[in-house]
Amino acid sequence: MAGVDWTDSTVEVGGTKLHLKRAGKGRPIVVLHHETGTLDQLPFYDALAAHYDVLVPHHPGYSRSERPTWMRSVRDIAVIHRGLLSDLKIKDAALVGLGFGGWIAAEMASMAPADLSHLVLVGAMGIKPPQGDILDLAVTGYVDYARAGFHDQTVFDRVYGAEPSIDQLEMWDVCREMSFRIAWKPYMYSQTLPHLLGAVRAPALVVWGDDDRVVPQSAAKRYVEALPNAKLEIVKACGHCVDMEQPEALAKLVTSFIGRE
Amino acid sequence: MHLMYFTEQPMSAYPEQAGRDFGATALMFSNKHFDPVAGSRLYNDYIEQYMLAEEVGVDGIMLNEHHNAPFCMQAKANIFAAILAGMTKKVKIVMLGNPLPLAENPIRLAEELAMIDMISKGRLVSGFVRGGGQEQLATGVNPAFNRERFEEAHELVTRAWTQTGPFRFEGNHYQHRVVNPWAVPLQKPYPRVWIPGVISKETIIWAAQQRYPYIALNTSIEQTKKIWELYDSVAADVGYVGGPENRGYLIQVHVSDNEEKAIENARQFRWMQGEFTGLAHPVWSTPSGYGSPSARRAFVEFASGRAKNPRGETSFEQQMADLRIIAGTPKTVVAKLKRILEETRPGILALWGNDGRVSQADSLTCIKLIGQEVFPAIREIAKSLDLKSPFEANAPVHLKYSTDLKPRKAAAAE
Repeated sequence: MAGVDWTDSTVEVGGTKLHLKRAGKGRPIVVLHHETGTLDQLPFYDALAAHYDVLVPHHPGYSRSERPTWMRSVRDIAVIHRGLLSDLKIKDAALVGLGFGGWIAAEMASMAPADLSHLVLVGAMGIKPPQGDILDLAVTGYVDYARAGFHDQTVFDRVYGAEPSIDQLEMWDVCREMSFRIAWKPYMYSQTLPHLLGAVRAPALVVWGDDDRVVPQSAAKRYVEALPNAKLEIVKACGHCVDMEQPEALAKLVTSFIGRE
Repeated sequence: MHLMYFTEQPMSAYPEQAGRDFGATALMFSNKHFDPVAGSRLYNDYIEQYMLAEEVGVDGIMLNEHHNAPFCMQAKANIFAAILAGMTKKVKIVMLGNPLPLAENPIRLAEELAMIDMISKGRLVSGFVRGGGQEQLATGVNPAFNRERFEEAHELVTRAWTQTGPFRFEGNHYQHRVVNPWAVPLQKPYPRVWIPGVISKETIIWAAQQRYPYIALNTSIEQTKKIWELYDSVAADVGYVGGPENRGYLIQVHVSDNEEKAIENARQFRWMQGEFTGLAHPVWSTPSGYGSPSARRAFVEFASGRAKNPRGETSFEQQMADLRIIAGTPKTVVAKLKRILEETRPGILALWGNDGRVSQADSLTCIKLIGQEVFPAIREIAKSLDLKSPFEANAPVHLKYSTDLKPRKAAAAE
């Protein structure tokens, strides 16, 4: 996928500055990244940019976006991202939420159900799993936590390096701090979100790795029940970070779900 | 000079091998290894120690609290403070301290402390701490707001103690529409507040800004001197001269009637595998957002095993040589403490006398020798060095009650 031309910009949304990466042409797709932040380039982003106008905003307080100290909830991030789309005059975007970003995507969908073409949730946090618990960042080391997102550890080594850099560790700590500030209690889910998804009529695709050790698969079922028009896809031999572990498989699922123009 | 006895109240009956096998002795180390029969015996042993400490003439008993770990059995310092308030007659009950950020309702804390102060007839010293990282996780409190919660809870507690109710408090982390506790402290304007700490510069600066004595916890002589340098400089900025009445020091000192036994027992100060608070994952002790942002890079290097502990790891022998652990008969102990007093000039001194698996008989001997031989000698030395405690110096409880302030800029203009 070499040759995808990404632009970097800083966009101010009602006083909150966001780092935005954007590439490709076609219908708009917003990709919402994990609580571990995002690497600058990922094959999954490139694969989508071959077909769509892809926007990857760095969440406030994560990766290259500065931390707004006033933020207190994940819904605050969703509102800012909704503001971003409004400022950019993007209507009817498809939302692709990865893990923690899936929670943000679900909140965004619930806020403006009419302004949404498709919703894709991949190993999404945000709902209390009926069985099992979401892996706790606070008691898990940086590398152990990041590795828990992968079924195949050699893929982790390829993505982050067998020994992630000190810069990467520092970034994980910055991201962690932001997650604590906005999602400490209840940890990584909303008690109201499942009840707010009933109005989301847009087609939804819920994707889960069959070996997700971060968000138990039971949460997938709960999402499918809560969303009126949702279907479930399980990716085999894959961990929580489907986007990094099986980028082509996920891109294929997304493009066949959303369709190409 | 104010002289205190301290013990961490070790849960010495836990199976050490289980901790080594698990690889940690804190936070996630299962409480299936806690034996309440031994716990009951030990709590009562500690009460016996405190009663003896009062009998042999210590000025204060220092209390603290920790959670989910064998190194300290006090899960709530106010429980022991309440016991001592009723059982003792003379000693100051010195809490170092209540972890303010852990309080979901600081008014309840203010009420408990007011009750302790009244029941003890005004013998409470109400120290406050941030609580370690693991304490936040053990109690489900957000570590990223630790310092903000500390400062806000402090404001609410001291206002609940001093401001006539009912009033309303609308903070960032605490909102109370009716503040009107029917329990207020006996001591006026409020019980003395001392602030213990280990490394955070921010805490030293904050304590100096409030004019609260800072209690350095087992730091080396050089570290202690640096702490007082910083404290005194902030004191000068806000307009007072830092002195012994602002300085406290806690040190591990085991006293016995023979040198060999003293040293053998002092090895128990390293009983948690050499780690002060036991073995733990670094991200438990310093969760993200708990530490200074300036220390982030050094911390992640340490936490991922790429660098050594920035706090350093030293052997028992080295700690003895550095005078961070002192052991011996009263005579040798006093000589070593004298050097610390001369070099760092504290007005408050706490001896952490017993730890780990030191027997109750040896613990009681230690306390007796501290009270009857070490402290009388220290009092004489303190007198000759003019080391006055906050009580002797009649120091203001807080900066705002000062009558002698000369802020640096104003002084320079004179």
